[in-house]
Amino acid sequence: MIWNETKECMSRDEIHNLQSARLKKLVKRVYHNVEFYRKKMQELNLEPGDINGIEDLHKLPFTTKTDLRDNYPFGLFAVPESQIVRLHASSGTTGKATVVGYTRKDIDIWQECVARVLAMAGIGSMDKIQVAYGYGLFTGGLGLHYGAENLGATVIPMSTGNTQKLITMMEDFQATAIACTPSYLLHIAETLEESGKINKINLKAAICGAEPWTENMRKEIETKLNLKAFDIYGLSEIIGPGVAADCEYHNGLHVYEDHFLPEIIDPNTLQPCKEGEVGELVITTLTKEAMPLFRYRTKDLTSISYEKCQCGRTIARISRFKGRSDDMLIIRGVNVFPSQVEAALLEMGETRPHYLLIVDRINNLDILEVQVEVEEHFFSDEIKELEKLTKKISRVLQDALGLSVKVTLVEPKTIQRSQGKATRVIDRRKLI
Amino acid sequence: MVIKQLSVFLENKEGRLESVTQALCKEDINIASFSLADTSEFGLLRMIVSDPEKAKKILKDMGFSAKLTNVIAVKIAQKPGTLHEVLKLLFEAGLSVEYMYTLATKGKNTSVIMKLSDLDQALKVLDTAGYEVCTAKEAYEINNCVDK
Repeated sequence: MIWNETKECMSRDEIHNLQSARLKKLVKRVYHNVEFYRKKMQELNLEPGDINGIEDLHKLPFTTKTDLRDNYPFGLFAVPESQIVRLHASSGTTGKATVVGYTRKDIDIWQECVARVLAMAGIGSMDKIQVAYGYGLFTGGLGLHYGAENLGATVIPMSTGNTQKLITMMEDFQATAIACTPSYLLHIAETLEESGKINKINLKAAICGAEPWTENMRKEIETKLNLKAFDIYGLSEIIGPGVAADCEYHNGLHVYEDHFLPEIIDPNTLQPCKEGEVGELVITTLTKEAMPLFRYRTKDLTSISYEKCQCGRTIARISRFKGRSDDMLIIRGVNVFPSQVEAALLEMGETRPHYLLIVDRINNLDILEVQVEVEEHFFSDEIKELEKLTKKISRVLQDALGLSVKVTLVEPKTIQRSQGKATRVIDRRKLI
Repeated sequence: MVIKQLSVFLENKEGRLESVTQALCKEDINIASFSLADTSEFGLLRMIVSDPEKAKKILKDMGFSAKLTNVIAVKIAQKPGTLHEVLKLLFEAGLSVEYMYTLATKGKNTSVIMKLSDLDQALKVLDTAGYEVCTAKEAYEINNCVDK
């Protein structure tokens, strides 16, 4: 079902005009309310009047995660704090969180977008959906929650962490839909198989996102659970989940272009890519009130198509993600930068230990192993001291990353040294 | 007196132990005694060797994490109840054993290597009770058949 046909099926000309009108208004508002952007525009000799439509988008400055961090916590807000009704936060590259704010209208837009995603997956007011993304500062749980309520479905706010309870309620309540990470859903499927309950459930759709996954994983999920699985994309900086999602044709993710203006750029030259060419996804928020962003560099690599989809939607589609243009890892839906591990280890001792991150997927759950070389100042002749050290490193890393970590001590000089940028990560998950 | 024990960190990987023994063998270092503690992730090799300082340098040069730790070697008679008596004595003095293993045996006596919570106090307690401990020279050269 198409939730908002007026917005999802406009002609390309109508989309163009709507985006241009919204961009003009946005630039004016941001210029007058956000000092950071005003300064950036002044440095570029740019005035709000110079932006007359989306043809002028390329004149605007880019925004990066570093800009968000530099303006921590509220420096990029474009409205008085009294108008902010909610804050969310995601992990930053060096430990400091990235904070985003929402006005009442921002929340409305967000739940509108998520409702579109759910309707596209065939979910409606008669459905019962288990939201098994984390609730809290992470946008996953509450994002899906509000969207599903807006749609009129019955929300079962499971959050994460208790698979047995989730399965019991899935069976007892006869839930018809679930929203969670794809790897967690595969884990749920296996637990259902083991407990012999796989035939007692009634799921028909799954909304999966917050981490990269493959077409093969989709097929596995759909076969095991006898449902249709859909891909949802979003990032807290832009709004949260619901920036884009795929329809039943799984031919790319539809971007809600009336709110989010996408561009694909070459991450090296920063020049726009042609339609179909792979590059970095850049998004301008057209309607966000609390924290509008110009040309936010998502670091996600994809391509774009403006062709009308078989489903009837005319909004642009981005392809399944081809990776990242930085070294960010997504592990169990949590963003992890190797630099966070480095900073945490550095805090533990005077010298910087050599370390290696190994990411693997075992029984459909992402496992993060951190190997740390046992150097002189770490070494003890007592097992209990070494085990204490292992536990301490695990705890420090868990606090820093918000993710459980398996720490392995290894002999000195066994982690490969490389010239220039060290190889700090081995990702054994075959996702792309 | 205390003696120097050489401790080496080993990953649970094929051939790691062998490369330690090979290196020491090449340099004519005798291993008088050792204990290998293993966990699921790593191993800890503790040794009493003929030349601890040199052995440590050899292993460090090879990239191993190696260090010297003070331990004591208590001489006890080879008959039932002697080990128990020593442990009882130490326990009653409020000392705890971090780890222990035997040094090579010579004649009717054997020696037990011990790492204790307080080595100085342990030496006092043992001395008062009439126990003898090995000197460093004794421990390093026990049963060493290398021609001098």
